[in-house]
Amino acid sequence: MTIYLPIAELSVNIFVILGMGAAVGFLSGMFGVGGGFLITPLLIFYNIPPAVAVATGANQVVASSVSGALAHFRRGTLDIKLGLVLLVGGLAGATVGIQIFSMLRRLGQLDLIISLLYVVFLGSVGGLMLWESVNSLRRAAQNKTVSLRKPGQHNWVHRLPFKMRFKRSKLYLSVIPVILLGFAIGILTSVMGVGGGFIMVPAMIYLLRIPTSVVIGTSLFQIIFVTAFTTVVQATTNFSVDIVLAWLLMIAGVIGAQYGVRVGQKMRGEQLRAGLALLVLGVGIRLGLGLVLPPDEIYSVVSGSFGF
Amino acid sequence: MRSAVLLLVVSLCTAVPAMAQLADPPVTVNEKFSERIDIGISTNEIAITSDFSGADITVFGAIEGADELLLATFAYDVVVALEGPRIPTTVRRKERVAGIWINRHSIRFEPIPASYSMSSTRPLPNITNLMELASRDIGINNIRLVPTGGVGDGSRLTEFRDALRRIKQASGLYQRHPTGVQFISKALFRAAVRLPANIPVGQHEVRAVLYKNNQFVMEKVIPLRVVKTGLEQFIYNFAHNYSLAYGLVAVLLATLTGWLGSIIFRKD
Repeated sequence: MTIYLPIAELSVNIFVILGMGAAVGFLSGMFGVGGGFLITPLLIFYNIPPAVAVATGANQVVASSVSGALAHFRRGTLDIKLGLVLLVGGLAGATVGIQIFSMLRRLGQLDLIISLLYVVFLGSVGGLMLWESVNSLRRAAQNKTVSLRKPGQHNWVHRLPFKMRFKRSKLYLSVIPVILLGFAIGILTSVMGVGGGFIMVPAMIYLLRIPTSVVIGTSLFQIIFVTAFTTVVQATTNFSVDIVLAWLLMIAGVIGAQYGVRVGQKMRGEQLRAGLALLVLGVGIRLGLGLVLPPDEIYSVVSGSFGF
Repeated sequence: MRSAVLLLVVSLCTAVPAMAQLADPPVTVNEKFSERIDIGISTNEIAITSDFSGADITVFGAIEGADELLLATFAYDVVVALEGPRIPTTVRRKERVAGIWINRHSIRFEPIPASYSMSSTRPLPNITNLMELASRDIGINNIRLVPTGGVGDGSRLTEFRDALRRIKQASGLYQRHPTGVQFISKALFRAAVRLPANIPVGQHEVRAVLYKNNQFVMEKVIPLRVVKTGLEQFIYNFAHNYSLAYGLVAVLLATLTGWLGSIIFRKD
């Protein structure tokens, strides 16, 4: 059964799109990430124009992060104050990112930069996470206690000025690194169509030493606003948000996520992190091969707004 | 929303006559011959619905004042082509730089038909000579591809043109059926033209060209509009004309979907 996407201007198989949404939803529920880093490459593999894939991916992440953030809010594992500070940087970053996105599109290098960013970020984050989780799996096997956060240990981040107290996170921290982190993720959101949770979560844990319990909820909270902002700006500057495509992905994604969460709860933390690391690395390697291997057709044609 | 759609349809309808007149190009005739060609299609509008997966349209036509004897000896040839709206098109070429494949060179062409589906009584080389075909833009290989701006190293131009035609054919946008035009009675013919699923929306043209003993006789053009319909059209217009509201609706829809999801599947 095919369905015509009014903005992407092509017909797609509705079951392929629903399947993609459900699979990504399942994985995002299991690992507690938004899933944008999976959905955008999948859409591009399925011949959706990259500009549409990125903008629609951002729209889809709004739904999955609303769903996730609400669950964390009920459980009290969401630091709204910290989220708002991150958001200040995030919105500024997203604004800059949209400009970069439009410029790259004019230059014809958008696909390349999107792929390169994915390879670099997925590769490094996946590699680091795998390294960390394999180590903790090994330590767990030796019956040692596993702790990500070492209290009392301070790094250069904690010597910066403009400190602020974050009650829920039990932290007294400079706002500079928080805003900078939000800014960097904001750029990635608009250029890559991702929420940035897969970078935000490790950065908050390892760099800012924020307690793991509030990290996911808080990152989801600020992702809602940055992806919502990105969606609106993409819609007004590039006209590339396909609401039909996004909605199909959301519906399937929200349902898939519920089953993912159930499976995720049965697994141990280290196993989950190792699984997510493998997934992230896998997508990174697949995209990396696409850049390095000789393409079947070295020419490409761009006509009208999005090309094909 | 329903009234908005209705309003849109009404405004489209009122716009049609003016557009058709504008787009109707003059008929080209070779005064040497007395034969005339005329064509007709059952509709002047193809609607892209949500389950659109391509369409076949049949163009009927007649040769007026045809010589019986020449008809019997197949001296008349007809080429029918459906040409899509003309869009500026860029061709890019990837090259390996530092181990990765990136777009290095590009050539931008003057507006070319976004789609081109052609049917003829015989393969084109059997109908007339290449010069004649090229002068009238007939056939995939004869569509004029004029580069704009600086081409730089001009030696690559042929490669870029070939690549453009190859990719357009591979995606189904450029098609040819060398035996797609059939005579159903003495002077009546029928041409089957295939529209691909990825057909661009906009003003298309059905062009019919008559040849007699390899010589051009007459060309007739009628317009054909390809339009999105109903919801698809509404969404597209909404996204382009009220982009801020569209973006906000997209966010609202996502928020609602996410919220409903967390309520329906709430475990406690």
